[in-house]
Amino acid sequence: MTARVFEVFRRERAGAAMQHAGSVVAPDERFAEIYAREQYGRRGESDALWLVPRESVSEIGEFVDEFDLKYRRVDGYSIKERLKEARAAADGGARSRDAVSAGEPTP
Amino acid sequence: MTDRVDLLLTLADDELILGWRNSEWTGIAPFLEEDVAFSSIAQNEIGHARALYELAARELGTDADALAFDRPLEEYRSAPLVELRRLEWARTIARHWLYETADAIRLAALKASDDTELAGIAAKIDREEVYHRIHAEMWIDRLVGTEAGRARLHEALDELWPYALGVLDDDLRPELVRRVEEKLRRTMPAVEAVSRGRHEAELAQLHDEMTMVRRSAPAGARW
Repeated sequence: MTARVFEVFRRERAGAAMQHAGSVVAPDERFAEIYAREQYGRRGESDALWLVPRESVSEIGEFVDEFDLKYRRVDGYSIKERLKEARAAADGGARSRDAVSAGEPTP
Repeated sequence: MTDRVDLLLTLADDELILGWRNSEWTGIAPFLEEDVAFSSIAQNEIGHARALYELAARELGTDADALAFDRPLEEYRSAPLVELRRLEWARTIARHWLYETADAIRLAALKASDDTELAGIAAKIDREEVYHRIHAEMWIDRLVGTEAGRARLHEALDELWPYALGVLDDDLRPELVRRVEEKLRRTMPAVEAVSRGRHEAELAQLHDEMTMVRRSAPAGARW
């Protein structure tokens, strides 16, 4: 059998978004339809299915961010890093003050 | 026993035995997707058998399980076609397609019946059988697409043809001949049908296996 892969998208109910459900391996579209129906529809879990031959899918799998432009990310500015830096700075300051009172040389 | 019960049991026994035979492919079908699909078809057939047994059981004052598993082998009305144990894919597909084609003719006749309950259940069963027919037909188209597939399929069809004729009563057989010949674009041999009323030797082993759990349980066991 010359196998082709068909990506299957599933919709749970009318109005919901299609979501990737998995794939089926089949020799052609007709077989793929029957197999998708059996694997992703027979338990009443879907109200519609989309079948897309994998070769029709354009894949993008690389996202270059050489200059680390974090502010463009979906979560906006990530404050996690900056909080960590701020805490480290605060801790460092506290340690310096302690060192002074102990009579040690200031760094 | 009324003709109606007799008809219900005939249909139910065909579906039960074929469902059981098809389920023998579970785990060993040619590839995974087919394994899932063919097993699902087998489950559907057994579901149809249950619905038909339930109708018969109501008239007989028993239940579907008793009709499916407690009758002696000789009382089953199944057609020899569904009893054959054929663990070879081309023959399995040939049998599947011949049965579905014959069953479609039989269901169409039942859907037109004056017995509204019978017509209703036939229509309900037929809505699922549509997908079995699509499945069977696409396999036929696939197999005739290559030299090797064509040779094996036609050999299997020739072997099973007398059995296929035996699924239907005399009056419906010409329609089966017409549909099969139209699809295959060939003439089928004029042969004597292997009709109901006798059983294939393989059925004994299947009956034994099928009824094993129920026989082993104490009377009155609940599932």
